[in-house]
Amino acid sequence: MLEIDNLSHVYGGGSPNAHHAIDGLNLSVAAGELLCIVGPSGCGKSTLLRSIAGLITPTGGEIRVEGTVVRQTPDNLAVVFQDYSRSLFPWMSVADNVALPLRRKNMDKRQRREAAHEALESVGLQDAGRKYPFQLSGGMQQRVAIARALAYRPTLMLMDEPFGSVDAQTREDLEDLVLKVRGHHQMTIVLITHDIDESVYVGDRVVVLSKAPAHVVGDLKVELPAPRDQISTREHPDFVHLRAEVGRLVRGHATV
Amino acid sequence: MRRGGLRTAAFRWVVLLVLVVVWEAATRVAGSTFFPPPSTIVTRMHAMWFSGPPDALFLTDTAVENILPSLGRMAAGFAGGALAGVVLGLAVGLSARAYDYLDGVLQFLRAIPPPALVTVFLVLFGFGLRMQLAFIMFSIVWPVLLNTADGARSVEPLHLQTSQAFRLSRAELLLRVVVPSTLPKMFAGLRLALSLSLIVMVFSELLPGTTNGIGFQITDAYSTFDLPGIWAGIVLLGVLGYLLNELFLVAERRVLGWHHAAQQLAVP
Repeated sequence: MLEIDNLSHVYGGGSPNAHHAIDGLNLSVAAGELLCIVGPSGCGKSTLLRSIAGLITPTGGEIRVEGTVVRQTPDNLAVVFQDYSRSLFPWMSVADNVALPLRRKNMDKRQRREAAHEALESVGLQDAGRKYPFQLSGGMQQRVAIARALAYRPTLMLMDEPFGSVDAQTREDLEDLVLKVRGHHQMTIVLITHDIDESVYVGDRVVVLSKAPAHVVGDLKVELPAPRDQISTREHPDFVHLRAEVGRLVRGHATV
Repeated sequence: MRRGGLRTAAFRWVVLLVLVVVWEAATRVAGSTFFPPPSTIVTRMHAMWFSGPPDALFLTDTAVENILPSLGRMAAGFAGGALAGVVLGLAVGLSARAYDYLDGVLQFLRAIPPPALVTVFLVLFGFGLRMQLAFIMFSIVWPVLLNTADGARSVEPLHLQTSQAFRLSRAELLLRVVVPSTLPKMFAGLRLALSLSLIVMVFSELLPGTTNGIGFQITDAYSTFDLPGIWAGIVLLGVLGYLLNELFLVAERRVLGWHHAAQQLAVP
């Protein structure tokens, strides 16, 4: 589904204060997987995501999505950004925001409207279509951004710290939302976070990145009983163990 | 909040009323021919423009022959200049290179006071309507152009990245993302242009070769030393400027409702 070979990226290459964001990163994601990428703040996670999305051209290495080398944004890829308030378009209603990307999909107006409504329904916002983003709470705005990605029916969904700007309760709701929609839509999800608990709770697999320049320092399979539950999963011994493991890797005290 | 708003509105009218009464008293006491009392001015305005038949909306022939042509010049000049300003502003703002190259030139052109250029326009177009329209358009195009270009340059980067990530076409990007983001600044430019267009419209009517218009009526009154006539023209222009601005604000609130609402939330 997604292969990353020896990826590196340097900001301001050639200048004395060039910043090596990523160096020699290798990663492979299978179709249908929900992969969480964790790493310390400023380690180049967002650079990695923007490279996969074709929003920036990495200075070295290669990214392939469904076998095709990424030069521009691949088809069937959707992105959910952390900053929902600046990612949604404030001049469009919620329904128009969700329907906008569908214009590329050979759908007529009615089909677009239906797809948008369906997507809003799946994130629990079926009644918010006529509202404007500023009339919704932060958590609801991020739901709209997720609905926009879902309506697009991507095969690969990238999420860049999607729950980094909402309160703890909303965060748990949104984590469960991702697990739920993931079951309904056949897609691969790459979710970037700096929250260790979240990565273990949501992911099938957790990849830990080093400090910048980022490379992979840990790759753990998460085998926790399904369906996951905010209370019982988090007290499961395997969860506690994995969380500690990921925590050590993030802090650079790897034991494996 | 609502009550406070009403009280402010009431106070506004009281202040206006007090000022008019003071003006009336002062001019009566002074008894100067140069400063007729407001009652004389209003009577004159009524007799000159607003005592027509009901089926003509109480407009007199003089009003139809002078106020309407003025408004027409202003509207045509404003529409032409605003359209050119928006189109050129988007073009300049969307190309970083064009903006870098042209910014200095545009700032220079904007800084020239329009009346200074009037002789150039007379040479190019001669006296008359064509010259007046070109003059109004040229005068108002700069604030619209510069504000639009500035708006088009400062589109939220994440909005652009989102558009790119969802592969919007260039036309969709322009129409649904860039233009709406530009609207708040575009409207700021248009509002400047509106008040400027009233000024240059009157100025263009003060020139020889004009046979109608509010500006023409003022010069006409001046040549016959008709001071109430001069003051009537001045007051009418003030009222027109005020009404046009209010009208513009209504339009702006409709188009930019999302912007104002979002901003009020952002700054509680």
